[in-house]
Amino acid sequence: MNPAPAHVEFDGVSKSYDGVTEIVRDLNLAVREGEFLTLLGPSGSGKTTCLMMLAGFETPTSGTVLISGRAVDDVPPRRRGIGVVFQNYALFPHMTVGRNLSFPLEIRNLRQADIRERVQRALRLVRLEGFEDRRPDALSGGQQQRVAIARALVFEPSLVLMDEPLGALDRRLREEMQYEIRRIHRTLGVTIVYVTHDQQEAMAMSDRVAVFNGGRIQQVAPPETLYEEPERVFVATFIGDNNLLHGRVLGVEQDICTVDTGNDVVSAFLVAPRKVGDDVTLTIRPERVALAPTPGTFSNEFEAPIEDIAFLGDHLRVRLAVCGSADFAIKIPNTVGHGAVLKGDHVRIGWTPTDCRALTPDEEIA
Amino acid sequence: MKGGIGRNLYLAFCAAVFIFLIAPILVVVPLSFNAEPYFTFTEGMLRLDPDAWSLRWYRSVAEDIEWRRALVNSIVIGVCATALATVLGTLAALGLANPAMYGRSLVMTLLISPMVTPVIVSAAGMFFFYSSLGLAQTHVGLILAHAALGTPFVVITVTATLAGFDRNLMRVAASLGAGPWRSFWRVQFPLIAPGVISGALFAFATSFDEVVTVLFMGGLEQRTIPRQMWAGIREQISPAILAVATLLIAFALFFMLTVEWLRRRSARAAEA
Repeated sequence: MNPAPAHVEFDGVSKSYDGVTEIVRDLNLAVREGEFLTLLGPSGSGKTTCLMMLAGFETPTSGTVLISGRAVDDVPPRRRGIGVVFQNYALFPHMTVGRNLSFPLEIRNLRQADIRERVQRALRLVRLEGFEDRRPDALSGGQQQRVAIARALVFEPSLVLMDEPLGALDRRLREEMQYEIRRIHRTLGVTIVYVTHDQQEAMAMSDRVAVFNGGRIQQVAPPETLYEEPERVFVATFIGDNNLLHGRVLGVEQDICTVDTGNDVVSAFLVAPRKVGDDVTLTIRPERVALAPTPGTFSNEFEAPIEDIAFLGDHLRVRLAVCGSADFAIKIPNTVGHGAVLKGDHVRIGWTPTDCRALTPDEEIA
Repeated sequence: MKGGIGRNLYLAFCAAVFIFLIAPILVVVPLSFNAEPYFTFTEGMLRLDPDAWSLRWYRSVAEDIEWRRALVNSIVIGVCATALATVLGTLAALGLANPAMYGRSLVMTLLISPMVTPVIVSAAGMFFFYSSLGLAQTHVGLILAHAALGTPFVVITVTATLAGFDRNLMRVAASLGAGPWRSFWRVQFPLIAPGVISGALFAFATSFDEVVTVLFMGGLEQRTIPRQMWAGIREQISPAILAVATLLIAFALFFMLTVEWLRRRSARAAEA
């Protein structure tokens, strides 16, 4: 099966407001038709600016945005036919829910009967039947966001942009809405470009995630790949927890390298094209580190005293000083009771080289 | 009670301030019902003798052709100047609200300047300028002059309302397919209307009680109510002026209540 054709393409797009700092730097990204793609990154990483350029509210300083293969540089927002959902909902406060939804349909000169039917259908889709005569200020935050989503879908755009739509909601409601948005995406098959700074939200919802930092895309991949096979140190630490070890390559054999971290030698999976003598950053997930393995199980085995233990319910978080890192964390599932290890104990830990990824340090990339 | 004397002094002071502010205005009201052609309370009025009170000055105002002309002039000039000031002021405020606009604070200062310039200076300047254009002693000239004085109020009130206006609403409207014209009338205008209306009321009030530019620019045909009162005080000294003053107070009261009502309404809308 061929991958779906590109719906949106960013082709070498840069954006600068003052001509000096580039908010977005040489962005190249393709969003496939029907895909749920999330732009994830810390605030100020350029993800919202990308969304605004796609919607037409901002103009790229250089490069081109293409929608369905057509450059849209000269197409104003109102002719792009894109549904947009804002974080603050941006419902028209002086109109009822029904009028908010019929607004785009009246502009398109649909017949009254059609408008009524489509408004009803959109309200059903977001499970707000019977709310058409309410005013936005009489709705809860979650309901307002549903109306905003319904309004962005009611004129049947094939592309919908969402800018941190769940940012203002509390955690429980946010999870519920994540599920709702996923369901709507599956039902309608529209392309959704979603912006968030919440990595869990991005992981839970997306087909693919583009991780932004400093105006550049760090990696674009499905959530599993981002977590299991991060290609940049930033991605490895931004998505989930990770331990970082710094060292120098001693030797390379196929895709396994040995790395001197100062006092210990670690073997790791060589991701970046690094040579003997180069600096590398090693990443190892806390849950991939085994506590007290049978000696000889792993090629990476070390002994260290436990500096601290935090009891977190479903797991224990144990901190030790090892391989040149002062706060090396390991996660132990709470299946043995939390009396199993004690602070000050000397423990042996180990991990397989393939779980430990050797990456180019971020400083060398920027 | 502790601090009782201080508190009583404080209340007395407040009362004195209010009397000082309001008494000169309120005293006009009963005097306008004087049956005699005097500006003082007659003995009969103080005794509450019904014969000492009358509506004769109101009748004389209503029957006087000069007062009637003044009222028509005030309304025509006020309404036209207000319409002009409201349209121009609103457009200016919309432009000034755009953060991308170059030299915003300079333009704002220029637009507001008629408010801080002494009216006598503006009026004298306008007189010479408008005379050379042949607009002095015409209704059009007075309308333009009053529009210039009223525009700053509209700019200020609309700018204040726009500060609470969510610009994302215009972006959403555009994303839904609305052009600028439709976005303005369907989305932005309904939401900033309280600011536009209260600005318009201020502009109207400015024109309605303005006397200095009318003295400079208006001929006999352009006499407005304040100008007629000015003439009344200087030339005929009749309590008819007090009757007009009472009517103006009633108008001002109505005006203030309307502005307050609008302010509350837009505050409620902003909360939502």
